[in-house]
Amino acid sequence: MNFDFSDDQKFLREEARKFLSAKCTTAEVRAVLDDEAMSHNEDVWKQIVEMGWLGTAIAEEHGGLGLGMLELCVIAEELGRALAPVPFASTVYFFAEALKLAGSDAQNSAILPKVADGSVIGCIAASEGPGAVEAGKLTTEFKDGKLSGTKIPVTDGDVATHAVVLAKDGAGSSLVLVALDQAGVTHSSIETIEPTRSHAEIVFDGAEAERLGAQGDGDSLYAETMNRAAVLLAFEQTGGASVCLDMATEYAKERHAFGRPIGGNQAIKHKLAEMYVKNEVARSNAYYGAWALSTDAAELPEAAAAARIAASEAFWFASKENIQTHGGMGFTWEVDCHLYYRRAKLLAVQAGAPAIWKEKLVRALETRNAA
Amino acid sequence: MNFDDTPEEAAFRAEAHAFLTQHLEPRKANAIRSRGPRKLTLEKAKAWQKVKADNQFAQITWPKEIGGRGGTSMQQVIWNQAEAKFDAPTGPFAIGLGMCVPTVIAFGSDAHKARFVQPALHGEEIWCQLFSEPSAGSDVAGLKMKAVKDGDDWVINGQKVWTTGAQFSDYGIVLTRTDPSVPKHKGLTMFIVDMKAPGVEVRPIHQASGGREFNEVYFTDVRIPDSDRLGDPGMGWKVALVTLMNERLAVGGSPGPDWQEIMDYARDAGTLSNAAFREKLADWYVAAQGYKLTKFRTQTALSRGETPGPENSIGKIITANHLQDICNSAVEMQDHYGLIVDKDKAPADAIFQESLMWAPGLRIAGGTDEILKNIIAERVLGLPQDVRVDKDKPFSEL
Repeated sequence: MNFDFSDDQKFLREEARKFLSAKCTTAEVRAVLDDEAMSHNEDVWKQIVEMGWLGTAIAEEHGGLGLGMLELCVIAEELGRALAPVPFASTVYFFAEALKLAGSDAQNSAILPKVADGSVIGCIAASEGPGAVEAGKLTTEFKDGKLSGTKIPVTDGDVATHAVVLAKDGAGSSLVLVALDQAGVTHSSIETIEPTRSHAEIVFDGAEAERLGAQGDGDSLYAETMNRAAVLLAFEQTGGASVCLDMATEYAKERHAFGRPIGGNQAIKHKLAEMYVKNEVARSNAYYGAWALSTDAAELPEAAAAARIAASEAFWFASKENIQTHGGMGFTWEVDCHLYYRRAKLLAVQAGAPAIWKEKLVRALETRNAA
Repeated sequence: MNFDDTPEEAAFRAEAHAFLTQHLEPRKANAIRSRGPRKLTLEKAKAWQKVKADNQFAQITWPKEIGGRGGTSMQQVIWNQAEAKFDAPTGPFAIGLGMCVPTVIAFGSDAHKARFVQPALHGEEIWCQLFSEPSAGSDVAGLKMKAVKDGDDWVINGQKVWTTGAQFSDYGIVLTRTDPSVPKHKGLTMFIVDMKAPGVEVRPIHQASGGREFNEVYFTDVRIPDSDRLGDPGMGWKVALVTLMNERLAVGGSPGPDWQEIMDYARDAGTLSNAAFREKLADWYVAAQGYKLTKFRTQTALSRGETPGPENSIGKIITANHLQDICNSAVEMQDHYGLIVDKDKAPADAIFQESLMWAPGLRIAGGTDEILKNIIAERVLGLPQDVRVDKDKPFSEL
């Protein structure tokens, strides 16, 4: 039984934590929060690019470090702890993973080296309106090499250079790859509840685009990309949730009311114990997702779904009860609690909300039981 | 990251499996897991324990000099997993060998060790642990059972409760109050007690579930020689902590029906397409996986020779509530018919009904949900202890 990361992977995690706790504090996160014109923190991004993190799970032949998904998982946990205000998830978990999954050799050779060296910032564009993304309801259309339609919201859509777009294509749907710096693309920033990650509405009007994978495979390739992103996001969520538990615990020890620390009251102690239990359940499920992802296991659909459900629940609970534990202080702009509350919601909905994943999970279990 | 045994672990698992195959029948693949305490045949259990002890499989981690195997905690986990695949009559020795006898080894005289260890190991004598009292459950240090020195003996009076296995135990370790003039933790003393001694009376408790698996034990002028004292007078709390620390690694499976059973039932009943049910089913799967995978993390630490971290403490909080919730849903899914507990008429051999009635006990036994949350809050998160107004007062003034 070796259900843990290796010493090398743990070392990488330690190094990532050291870097982020020095160079990406909540002051760097707030710089983006407080400045509407700032889409991301460029200083932090530049250093992340220099360290090669973007290419962690990109093959050496494509300019990456050629490590693996487990290494990417430990970095994701640290980025989640730090609330890193950079387009890392969009570029790596969604965009690069979609390419690795569906791209041709030519596409991957052209794009992945630029992802690894930071000259391409990627994003994924699927949502068009309220409700879950459904291939059958798409209005954005790919036809004769041109893409037309509107995607909203697109996380990191205003800073990205390229997008992977889920679009209607003939009778079905396809994933298409599109450069965003061209005449047929306009984007405008969208205000969201999580301004430390920028969001855009992107309008495609006959933009040059090319298919990623086969025509008609859009739905299944999108789902497979989401399975991979879900595991990585689960590590970010687990990281964020552990910081919330630490913050709430520290505050509960220091804050006195009625002559003693509020953390001496069972109402607080038990709430924080529940937070701990949810965080451990999330961590264990995330580890299983990491195993499935790194070994291309047949269990990936249910492992990814369980990781996502547990991590979304843990980060939501931890972020909201962290505010509650802080009382009135927790509801001020100056105290950091709301940063995690905002990020928890972004991470819970950006790859499909938990309810969607619960249905996916039960379908995966039905398939398994039928086998 | 993988779920494989190391070569040494694989070799030990193979050895254990081969040994088990020689002696036992494999558990039926589709056998529904037992709910609550299993009914067991004492004679069969004793015989199996002897076979295990004679072959150094009884207490894997104990030193060879006292009949153990000198093995690792991971080997004990592997043995437990291997044994669970067979129809093994285990059960009545867990408390004795896991908690009582280690306490005797730690605090008893050479004569005690010579007298008690081997018979317990070989299944000839069964032990029970007598700590809880009607007015001392979560706060067990508040117990009242009186022990008064009389010559070379101590005279014991009082009542213990929730004593597992008392009805067939030969010996017990009993925690008593020997000095009420000092604060509660300081006036306790531990003894070995002969469960067949005059004045010891065991009465089964009629539980809320309807069963009678646990006991009350009444002590009326029971005489215990001073030589059967474990630790100095007044040191009983420290001795008790050693007993509790020796609790066996919790490596058992789920204590009753889980997501798979309720999913199977829902499919048969035609309710698997219900959206609200599907959402709950997903939550149950995630919780069950969370519990199982957290144990894998614990086993990884053991496999590396490390001490498991506090993640192990979440187990019973998850499983007890999980079981209660699943059973409740299954019963409600059956609507009015869900009341029926007759195995011949109720779906799935009435496992949901039986476990529904057993679940409240599971949430209390071995530490209530609330105490376990306190333990996580205090020992893992380092939050302040609860207010203990009686901590420094003499017990007699409480």
